[in-house]
Formats: sequence, C-alpha cells, structure tokens
Amino acid sequence: MNAIQHTVESLRHTFRPDQVWPFLAPENAKVNVDKDIILYVEGLNLSFDGFKALNNLNLYINDGELRCLIGANGAGKTTLMDVITGKTQCDSGSVFFGQNQNLLNKDEAEIAQLGIGRKFQKPTVFEEQTVFDNLELSLKTDKGVLATLFSRLTPTQIDRIDDVLKIIGLAKHRFMLAGALSHGQKQWLEIGMLLVSDPRLLLIDEPVAGMTPDETERTAELLTSLAGDRTVIVVEHDMEFVRSIARTVTVLHQGSVLAEGTMDQIQSNKDVIEVYLGEQEEGATS
Amino acid sequence: MRHFIALCCCLFGLLSSQAYSAESSTSTSPSANQPPAELAPLMLELTKAKYSKLLPVLKKIEANSDESMLPLFRTMMNGNLYFIKTNKQLVQLIEDANQKTYQGIFSQQLVADLSKRDVSKIKVNNHLRSYLRNAIARIQLTSSSAEVRKNAVRELLSSLDEETVTTLERLYSSETNQTVKTEMGLALAINTARQASLPNSTRIAAIERLSGSLENTARNVLTQLTNQDNPAIKAAAEHALKKITQRVERFGFLNQLFFGLSLGSVLLLASIGLAITFGVMGVINMAHGEMIMLGAYTTYVVQLMMPNYIDYSIWVAIPAAFLVSGIVGVLIERLVIRHLHGRPLETLLATFGISLILQQLVRTIFSPLNRQVSTPSWMSGSWEINPVFSLTLNRLYILAFSLLVFFALVMVLKKTSLGLNVRAVSQNRNMAKAMGVKTNWIDAMTFGLGSGIAGIAGVALSQLTNVGPNLGQDYIINSFMVVVFGGVGNLLGTLVAAFSLGIATKFLEPMTGAVLSTILVLVFIILFIQKRPKGLFPQKGRAAE
Amino acid sequence: MSVITQYFSEGRTSGKHTMPFVIILLAVTAMACLSNLYLPADSALHVSTYSITLLGKYLCYAMLALAVDIIWGYCGILSLGHGAFFALGGYAMGMYLMRQIGDRGAYGNPDLPDFMVFLGWKELPWFWHGMDQFWFAMIMAVLIPGLLAFVFGWLAFRSRVTGVYLSIMTQALTYALLLAFFRNEMGFGGNNGLTDFKDIVGFSLQSDTTRVSLFAITALMLAVVFVISHNILSSRFGKVILAVRDSESRARFIGYRTDRYKIWLFVFSAVIAGIAGALYVPQVGIINPGEFSPINSIEMVIWVAVGGRGTLIGAVIGALLVNYAKTRFTAILPEAWLFALGGLFVLVTLYLPKGIVGLYTQLLEKRRTQSVKESEA
Repeated sequence: MNAIQHTVESLRHTFRPDQVWPFLAPENAKVNVDKDIILYVEGLNLSFDGFKALNNLNLYINDGELRCLIGANGAGKTTLMDVITGKTQCDSGSVFFGQNQNLLNKDEAEIAQLGIGRKFQKPTVFEEQTVFDNLELSLKTDKGVLATLFSRLTPTQIDRIDDVLKIIGLAKHRFMLAGALSHGQKQWLEIGMLLVSDPRLLLIDEPVAGMTPDETERTAELLTSLAGDRTVIVVEHDMEFVRSIARTVTVLHQGSVLAEGTMDQIQSNKDVIEVYLGEQEEGATS
Repeated sequence: MRHFIALCCCLFGLLSSQAYSAESSTSTSPSANQPPAELAPLMLELTKAKYSKLLPVLKKIEANSDESMLPLFRTMMNGNLYFIKTNKQLVQLIEDANQKTYQGIFSQQLVADLSKRDVSKIKVNNHLRSYLRNAIARIQLTSSSAEVRKNAVRELLSSLDEETVTTLERLYSSETNQTVKTEMGLALAINTARQASLPNSTRIAAIERLSGSLENTARNVLTQLTNQDNPAIKAAAEHALKKITQRVERFGFLNQLFFGLSLGSVLLLASIGLAITFGVMGVINMAHGEMIMLGAYTTYVVQLMMPNYIDYSIWVAIPAAFLVSGIVGVLIERLVIRHLHGRPLETLLATFGISLILQQLVRTIFSPLNRQVSTPSWMSGSWEINPVFSLTLNRLYILAFSLLVFFALVMVLKKTSLGLNVRAVSQNRNMAKAMGVKTNWIDAMTFGLGSGIAGIAGVALSQLTNVGPNLGQDYIINSFMVVVFGGVGNLLGTLVAAFSLGIATKFLEPMTGAVLSTILVLVFIILFIQKRPKGLFPQKGRAAE
Repeated sequence: MSVITQYFSEGRTSGKHTMPFVIILLAVTAMACLSNLYLPADSALHVSTYSITLLGKYLCYAMLALAVDIIWGYCGILSLGHGAFFALGGYAMGMYLMRQIGDRGAYGNPDLPDFMVFLGWKELPWFWHGMDQFWFAMIMAVLIPGLLAFVFGWLAFRSRVTGVYLSIMTQALTYALLLAFFRNEMGFGGNNGLTDFKDIVGFSLQSDTTRVSLFAITALMLAVVFVISHNILSSRFGKVILAVRDSESRARFIGYRTDRYKIWLFVFSAVIAGIAGALYVPQVGIINPGEFSPINSIEMVIWVAVGGRGTLIGAVIGALLVNYAKTRFTAILPEAWLFALGGLFVLVTLYLPKGIVGLYTQLLEKRRTQSVKESEA
C-alpha cells in the first residue's frame, strides 16, 4: 500500500504541471547572483609543459562591475579568459558563473549561451558574410540546429540589429562583406556582435588596439555605459585607456593576482611598482 | 642513442656473418675426379646387375666409400645415371632446354658424340631411391663439414632404418661437434623410444630426451607413442608432447611478433617521410605513395643496368632511389605546393593529381604489369633458429634498415643545421622567417628529404613485394594512419605507432583473417583519433594552438 | 514539394540561379525523353537510349557532387569518403534489384541470389530480409548512409577532428568499407558485387521506357535536392554553416554547438549521396566494391573543384563537364585520361580556386567595372 502511495506520489511529482522534467529544463535558465557576485574564480591552476600559466588564481567579479585586468605579457590574462570561456581546460580549481553555474563542465557554446560574450585580441569576424549576417548570427536567440533551420528575423530583431549598426558606426556598410572592412571596423563589428548578443558578462581582450584616439574614446564611453546592466572585464595594455574607464583594477603577475584596487591604489602599491609599473613604458607600447 | 646505433651495427654484422656461413654451407664439396681403384669392379657390376640385384651392390659400394661417391648416388637417385654400352663408363645425363648431353660421373667432363643409342639407363625404383637417399645422408655423416653432417642427420630423422641406426651409433661416440652430436642423440632417442622390446625406463628416458626437441619427426613419433597401449610410455609421451606444444606455441608467438615487427618496419619506412613533410610543412602529400613507387622502380632500373652485379645493385639503388624521389619531391614542392601555402586541403588535392600523373607515367613507361625485382643472394634465405622458428633474412635486414634510417633521420634533425632550421620552421614558421631562416629553401629541402626517404622505402619494399604502378597506393593510407596515430610532427610517435600497428595487425590476423584485421586496425584508429585528436604524443603548449 | 519550397523560400532572397537551373534541367530532360520515345531512331534529333542512360548517370554524379559541395564548399569539411555513402545507397538498391530477380537467376533459387547459392549458403542473411520491398529498400538507401554519417560525424566532430585529419579519416572509412565489401563473407556478393538485374517495381530494366523514366526521375530528384539544399543553405542554418567554415571557434564563442551543425549537415549530405547511389545502380546495372575505392571519392571532389565550390550550380556543372570529358577521353585516348585528370587536379587548385563559376563571375564583374569606368569617362 505504502509502496503504491509512494509510486503515485513520485509520479505526481514527475508530472507536476508547474515544472518541466529536469532533462527537458533549459540548463542555463537562470544565473543566480543573489550574492551580487557574478563570477567566482577559485584556486585556478594551469601549466603548459611545466610553465605555470595560472598559479592558484582567485578572482571575484561583482555583478554589474567594470573590471580591468592588467599585467605583463605572460601574466595569464588571456589564459584566464580562455579558461572562463571554455577554450582551455584548467588543471585544477573552480570557475562559477553566479552561484549555480559551473563553467568548467561546459563547452564554449554552452558558456556563450549562458550569456558570456568574448571579444578576441585579434578581431575575428566571419569574413565571407555580410556585416548584417554577422550580427544576425550573434543575436540572442535559440541556437539549436532546428531553430536556425526554420527561424527568420522578427521586426524587433531587425530593429535591434539596426540599432547596433548605428552604435558601431557601420550602418552604411551593412551589406558589405565583413572581410572587406578595415582593421578598426572589424574591431567595432566584433564589439557589435557582442552587443547584439545581449550578454550578462563581457570579456574584452584589448579592445582599442588599432583604433584611432577618437575611436578609443568612443569605446571607453561605450564600455562604461554598458557596465551596470552588464558586467564587463577588460584586458588592456593601454594605461591611459584603463585609467579612463577603470573603477577597479586587478593586476595579474605570473598567473596569480598581485594586487586589486582603484587605479590610484594600484599605482602606489609597492609590489606592483616593482614588477609591473616599472616596465610600464614597455607595456604601454606593446 | 649511440648505443642503439652500435647495437644496430652489431645486428647487421651478425646477420651478414650468418648469411655468409649459410652460403658457404650450401656450396658442394669438391669431388674427386676418378673412382678409387678398388671400386672399379663394383662399378662394372652396377652396369651388369639386374634391377633387383642392385641393392647389394650399392650396399657394398657404400660400405667402402666416402664423399666421392656422392655424385654417383645423387645422379642415380634422380634417375639420370646411364652407362656407355661400349666401355661401360658411367655417365650422367644433363638435359638442357633443347639437347641432351652426357658427362662422366667422376670426371665431370663432357663425353662427346654420344647419342641416345649409345647409352643405357640404370633404372631405379622407389625402394632403391629411398635407400639411396639414406645412403647419401649416411655418407654425408662422415663429411668434414659440421653443417653437412648436421643436415644429414636431419635428413635421416624421418626414415630411421637399422643400417642408419648402426651407422649413427658408430659415429655418435666419435662425433666432436656438439650440435651434430645433439642431433645424432635425438635420432638415436627416436629410435630407442620406438623400440617396444626395450625396457620402459630406457624408453621413457629417450622420450624425455625427445621432449626437448622441436623437430617434426620427434613430434610425430611422440604422437604415435600416445596411441600405444603401454600406459607408462603413453603418459610419458603425452607429457613430452605437451611440453613441445608449449614451446612451439611460444615460438609461434615469436614468429608473429617478428612478422608484426617486419610489417611495422615497412610502415615506419613508408611513413617517416610523410611524418616529416606533414609535421614541418603541415602538408599532406598524397603523392607520397608514388615516391615510394618511384624508389621501387629505381631499384628495378638499377638492376636492369647491372644484371651481373645483382648482389651489389642494392647499394647503388639506395642512393639512386633517394635522389630520384628526392628530386621529384623538390620539383613538386617548387612547382605546385609552394603556391598553395596555407591551404592544406587544396594541397591534398593537387598532390593527389600529381600521384595520378606519376602512376600513369610509370604505367606508360614500364607497362601496367608488375615487375619482378630480384633479391641479392645475401638477402635471400632465412636464419633458421630451430625447426619451428626461422627468420627470413630480407625481412630481418629491412627491419634493421628501417631503424637505421630512422635514427639517421633523427640525427639529421638533431645535429645538423638543416635539422635545426627544419625544427625551427615546424615550430613557428613566422618566427623562423623573421630570424632569417630561408623558409622557402627549408620547405623544398624538407620535402626533398621526406620524398627521398620514401624512395628508400621503395627500395626496401621492392625486396618484399612485386613492383607495380599501384605499389604506393597500397601503403599510403596505412602510412597516414601511422602518422596520425603517432601524433603529427613527432618522429618518436611515428616509430611507436608504426611498430604497434604492425604488431597489432599481425596478432589480429590469425584470429580474424588478414582483411578483417586491417579493417579492425583502421576502425581502431578512427576511434582513437576521436579520443585523442592529436595522436599518441601530442605537441603541448601554446605553440600547438 | 511546392509546399516545402514555399515554406523554405518565404521571406528570403531566392537564389539567382535556382529557378533558371531547375527550369533548364527539367526542360532538357523532357525534351530528351520525348525525342527518345517519339522520334524515329533515324531522326537527327533522336536521342539514343544509350545517351539517355549516360545522361542519367551524369545526373547521378551531379547529385553526388552536390552532396560533396554542401559539405566541402559550404562547410569546409573535405570529405574523401563520400563514395562510401554513394555506394551504400547503391547497395541498398542493388539488394532490392537482386531480390527482384527471384528464380530467374542462373541457379533458379527463388529466395537466394545467385552468389549465395554459389557460396553454398542455405538461407538469406538477416540484413537481406525486407529488401524485396521497394519502399523498405529505399528507406535503407537513405537511412544507412545517413546513419553511418551520423555515427562518424558524432565521433569526429565532437572530438573536434578537423582539416586534413578529418579528410584522412574519411578516406580510411571508405577504404575500410572497400576491404570489407570485397569479402564474400559480408554477404554482398564480394568481388563481383551485385549485378544481372532484371526489373524494378515490375518494369523491365532493359526496356526504353524504364530507362527514360529512370532518367526523368533522376532529373526530378536532382531538381528537388537542389532546391532543398539551396533553401537550407540560405536559411540561418546555412549562415551558421558558412560561419563554421570561416571561423569555427568564433561560431562556438557566440553560442552555436558547431559539432551538431556539422553532424547534421554531414548526414544531409550523406543522404543525398545515398539517393544518388540508389538512382545510379539501376541505370548502370551493377554495383561492386570498386565504388568504395578512395580514388572514386577523391574524383568527386575534383568535379566540385572544377565547377566551383561553394556554389550549388558549380557542383552540377563540374560533375557534368568532367564526366563528359571522361567519357570522351576514355573512348579516344584511354591512356591519357589519368594524365588529364591528374593535370586537372593540379591546374584547378593552382589557377582556378573558385572553379568555372568563380571565373565566370569574376569576368562578369570585370566587365561591369569596365563599363562603369567607360560610362564615367
């Protein structure tokens, strides 16, 4: 009797109308940021052939923050981004998006669908397709095979793409092949692709490389305006640029965090002066 | 590393000495020109005696003869013994393609102007023939060469009659050579084991003795004994058989291992060239198989040009094949691949086109039929370790040769400036260019080197299989598998992969058949690549991205 | 079909070449069929049944080229194993045709095909059951290649095997199948394959009408496959596929599970190849393991390269041209064909990376810019 009751109960539970089955539930439905921290990176280690690219790295990013990562070449900035976005597997440690999404057991696509967007150091766009198509592909939509096979653009989506085209200043070039754009334009297009995908967390690797001072200023504006709704992590060598946007700066050195704080605090930090700002001239020009 | 090369050299030396001794043993001992005088009446009797009376005559001849009688017995056994009717001289019939000539048995000189009518044949029947065979062996037992004595005992093993046994018993005590003595002991043991009249303990001791032998005859005798009624003998024989079977199985395993290693060596030769071009230039050379084929045809042409020096032709063929294939490789690189830099898939297609052209070219020049390349005498034959385990010399040489080529290549890459440049280009092409390495030149040289080694592989392959226009095709897919399995740009990986694939294929073969084992290995690699896309020994680090 | 077309093409820019191509293809087919059936044999316009069969064969090749182009031209995956899917489709059809022979075979066995009787087999292997039903055989003709492609793709694309590695793997795949099908024990007729077919769904394969109908069906299928492929490739799915070709990792970073896209495209392509194989077999009357040989698969690639990859029309043109050339060449100078084919590989990759269609558009562009310049002047 009890067994039957138990079975019925579990069946009822299984067929609860207000819930979908766990295996049908979208895994990435919600990112829990109750504690106001969107990214937890703890005890991250990674070595390439004995070279420790990441060495027990701990980093916490608040929700809605704009964080700058600086550090000399080989400090582990890009590697950190690789691990967060699933490009590289780490040896040990944990990376959580919000409190509930373990990023280490997900692949690039799943991580991207969670709302983590990335812009690469070297602009990569789909060169054989038009600017518009590039943006269409980046739209925040269902990215399953069947969905893309039958989907078409809704007016809202077209408007969204138009808006972004205006923001990135490529409205006139919308039907141009992306491969025909200049280096700076490709940078913008890539930023546009990030914007249109409406991410929670943006990882931006050297956004202003190859941009004119004017464009750099615009980028700075854009990034600061994005922070708040979204969380932005910027890796940049250009100290002027960092100073103009940063509220909190994290200094990486040899795969771990050396210092964290405002730009002024960082600049007066003894360790930093020793290992990084001493080489500032070199860093700024690279 | 150096030790290994020394080892290789030793192996080479060992092999060639082995080959040499094998060669010397086969040459016949010089025979005397005339029959000893005391045998003359017997000879005469031979021509007169009737068919059925021949046996006693022969026995008499055997009783007081030595090796000088061997030609007579041999000729007689083959049914070529005649005598001249007029003077009763014994002659040997020599049949050429179109004529028959006669030769004095002892003088070895041609007797002129003999027609069929002048001679008459000394006929032999089966009974006589088997007697003669044993008689020959018995005579050889007294030979001065240990090798001949040993072979004679072997020959006698399967047909031990009383006479033989007595001869053996007589000679056993005076035999000085240990191997021959062991063989003789074995023969005697076989005899003892079979004698039902002897006491059990003696027979069992003899059976014990047999259990250490791998001779087929010993096994046959033991199998016969297991069917006997005598329980003690039966048990002993069964035990001995089991022991032998175990040993045979162990050697069967070694045999398979050897064939696996042999296949592995062929794969290694075929794929290291590919590993270099693929590893350094990231280029798949579909015409690689045709480079192998060119090498094989070069061997063929070299042999055509020096038909009287086949034994030395291989030493000419190896550098020639290296040059021919290498030059063709450099041409391909300069004319085609250079223009397709950074487009690996297109390179694959273009080189495939080249492979079609080369195949057709060879077909037009040499005909589409297979060509036979002869093996130098020092490479033919086999190294017989025991009756169930022998290694064919050509495979053994090729195994050693492949290792030699491999280590030579490793040395070239490690120790020479070309090697340094090649490694630099393979690790970071742009950086190497910036440092002043002439990448164009390095590419051409690398491609030439890879193709040249394929040419050498062709020389080796020509010793194992027929040389035809499709020779390369048969190996190319397997070589790709080896390179992919071992990990691109990793010569050690190629070595390990080649041998493990070769051995795996050969060990699967008895279970599944040749075709299925090939399929299974292919499927295994396809699955393996899914798990480890970078092969057994992947390149690590940021450079690998 | 029209529903599908309509559905797919709704709200999209329809391909410039699609409709003209379909119209020309069907018109030529209709004309050839009619002239074969209704014009007297001595008429100048009469198309012989031999030519009809030959054309049918070419169209099968064109469909196969389409399959290769979809995966190579659009997604950058160079498959050197499409011959395997083609042959598998062909074998499915061959098995059906074999079962249709019934007791008319040399041994007169109503259940077993001749080669099984010859091998002394007593009963039909399990995988031959049901193949006497046309519908079942046709399902198998698309299902088996599709399934193989799915399994292979699932293994290969998920572990991110790409580039030349993948090409070599596909080649090994078809090579392994070649070896397997050569074995008598496999139950597919071994070396000789399946042949001596008598009729298909009750119509004699020797009759002109059957041959013309087969040709017409092939043309129709080609048109359908062409339109469907075009629509799939111009959907957002197609854009993702192009994105994968240009930069797969980027596509992954914007959230596409590129492995799944590649798997399904590969399956689609394999299914087309299977259909082409199934249509090919009744027209040539034989299927043997030779179809699996790696050289066949690589030849298909060159058809696409000649025509112009990345354009569906290019694949079709390439297949027709190269095969026509092959027929002519092997008739006149059989020796020279391999030289010509080899040369074609080299020349096309070196000088015509975009194929004939690419050359044509290039010339067109040049003329346009010239005329613009002239008008400006």
